[in-house]
Amino acid sequence: MAAESANATLALPGVEPTVGARRARRRWPVISTSIIAAFVLVALLAPLVSPADPYEQTLRLRFRPPVWDERGSWQHPLGTDRLGRDLLARIVWGSRVSLAAGVITVLLASAFGAAVGLVAGYYGGRVDAFLMRVTDATLSFPVILLALILAVTVGPSFTNVVIAIAVILWARYARVIRGQVLTLMELDFIAQARVAGAGAGRIIMRHLVPNTMNTLVVLVTLQVGYVIILEASLSFLGAGIPPPTPAWGSMIAEGRDFVTSAWWVSFFPGLAILLVVLAFNLLGDWLRDTLDPKLRQL
Amino acid sequence: MIRFAGIRILQSLIALAILSVVVFALARATGDPLHMILPMNATAEDYANARAYLGLDRPYVEQYLSFVGRVVQGDFGTSLRARRPVLELIQERLPNSLRLAVFAMTVSLAMAFPLGVIAAVNKGRAVDRIAQLISVLGQSLPTFWVAIVLVEFVAGRLQWLPAGGISGFASYVLPGFTLGWFVVAGMMRLLRSGMLEVLDSEYVKLARVKGVVEYRVVWLHALKNALIPVVTFAGIYFSILVTTAIVVETVFAWPGLGRLAYDGITSRDFPVIQAVVLVTGVIVAVVNLCVDCLYAVIDPRIRYAR
Repeated sequence: MAAESANATLALPGVEPTVGARRARRRWPVISTSIIAAFVLVALLAPLVSPADPYEQTLRLRFRPPVWDERGSWQHPLGTDRLGRDLLARIVWGSRVSLAAGVITVLLASAFGAAVGLVAGYYGGRVDAFLMRVTDATLSFPVILLALILAVTVGPSFTNVVIAIAVILWARYARVIRGQVLTLMELDFIAQARVAGAGAGRIIMRHLVPNTMNTLVVLVTLQVGYVIILEASLSFLGAGIPPPTPAWGSMIAEGRDFVTSAWWVSFFPGLAILLVVLAFNLLGDWLRDTLDPKLRQL
Repeated sequence: MIRFAGIRILQSLIALAILSVVVFALARATGDPLHMILPMNATAEDYANARAYLGLDRPYVEQYLSFVGRVVQGDFGTSLRARRPVLELIQERLPNSLRLAVFAMTVSLAMAFPLGVIAAVNKGRAVDRIAQLISVLGQSLPTFWVAIVLVEFVAGRLQWLPAGGISGFASYVLPGFTLGWFVVAGMMRLLRSGMLEVLDSEYVKLARVKGVVEYRVVWLHALKNALIPVVTFAGIYFSILVTTAIVVETVFAWPGLGRLAYDGITSRDFPVIQAVVLVTGVIVAVVNLCVDCLYAVIDPRIRYAR
């Protein structure tokens, strides 16, 4: 046993993964992209694919178990909640909230953060020092607390969730992109571009942006999953999407008090979150390994 | 080194100053505090008197400075709900939160270490993929859902561990695990890539040539150097833990800062929220400062790179 592992590690640097392992590696991105694509389709086509009205209450049919339970029926494949609403329909409609929150927030945050990072890295000096102090301060602000404060003062809503998360999240992009720009600025081609008469705008847009794109794509993919979890946490705490709009986080919260008697109400929305976020994380990991192996920690 | 530490301390102070401005601005943006304090039938004259008494008629800069002055002295005002000084509430809750955070950090290290090392040693094999999957799973599971599932099964049906509150060591296990698993992925990934790099280095090869036993090469020689990047990011993990703790503390009825903030927010207790945000900011800043200095001690190149 000891000898076996010794051999394995001795051969490590040059070791080629087995054929099976390599094939599995190529399968990861396909699986995760399919899961994401499926959820996006379901979200876009919610009115068509939803088996029932997610708002329709049938108090007579409260807490119906999923179809495989002997008391379940195909009428409600995943069962019903406290108000007799169809769980599958609510999960289908809830995917809209989660995906929209994830994608919109990350796009806003990455655009702003990347812009700050590019400017700080390009100009350096005082501009850089100032922008980085603001970035640090932002990073030390707990996201969930800001979102909770906004929810209490302005009222919980989809817009507030997106704003609260984006206002904090940009800092990560600023930090990472600025670091990359600093390294790029040392390289010859930037100096050559400058000698050739390129202005700040041209250097940033034509030379720096394309060279930071890979990092940005990796970070964006990984962050979508994180934001979906954040949004769900906020909805769970009652500071996210207000009821009765179906959102996965608030569905879990609604089922929380009935876990013992009706576990499915909280279980299935959680499973949906797990699937989507896992798909985004696996895709992000794969992208990082493929596009930018040096990015170990994002 | 002293110069480096001095610059970093200054930077942290600036970051905290910006944070305090934001908190102050948010406190003012939430509406006239007098509406909450004065009774419904208060006259315009009452408002004017109260405003002068509380100093709310002075310029914002002056108000901000006196706010900072009070905070520095530990005066966070009085909780509107508990009718007690906020400082007292913080003093009660802070140790519980810190203990939970430290325990969760220990759990995540205890998971990330073996996973990261085993994955690196078996790079590309099934073991590697399983180790990575375990870590990514923790990052992909919503903590509050894990918490609910654990409370229902481990605490409820199996009755192995308490479901909430603090009562001895056993009560740390479930919240600590829930919180800790969430950050395993990042640490494990760092450790894995660090180990891969180090295992390929000359000194590890030398150790092997010298005939050092393989487990000593991996767990002693290599691991020591693969740890450096993990130390750098410890600060980031800690701040993620502190933030996520709000959700976890709520589900487990943990008497910590997160729970205090949540209760404060549901009852619109602004002095409490303000204090929690500031205290959290200070904790995150101090931890990051210590981590940076520690890192500069371990790896002197950092001091000059900045």
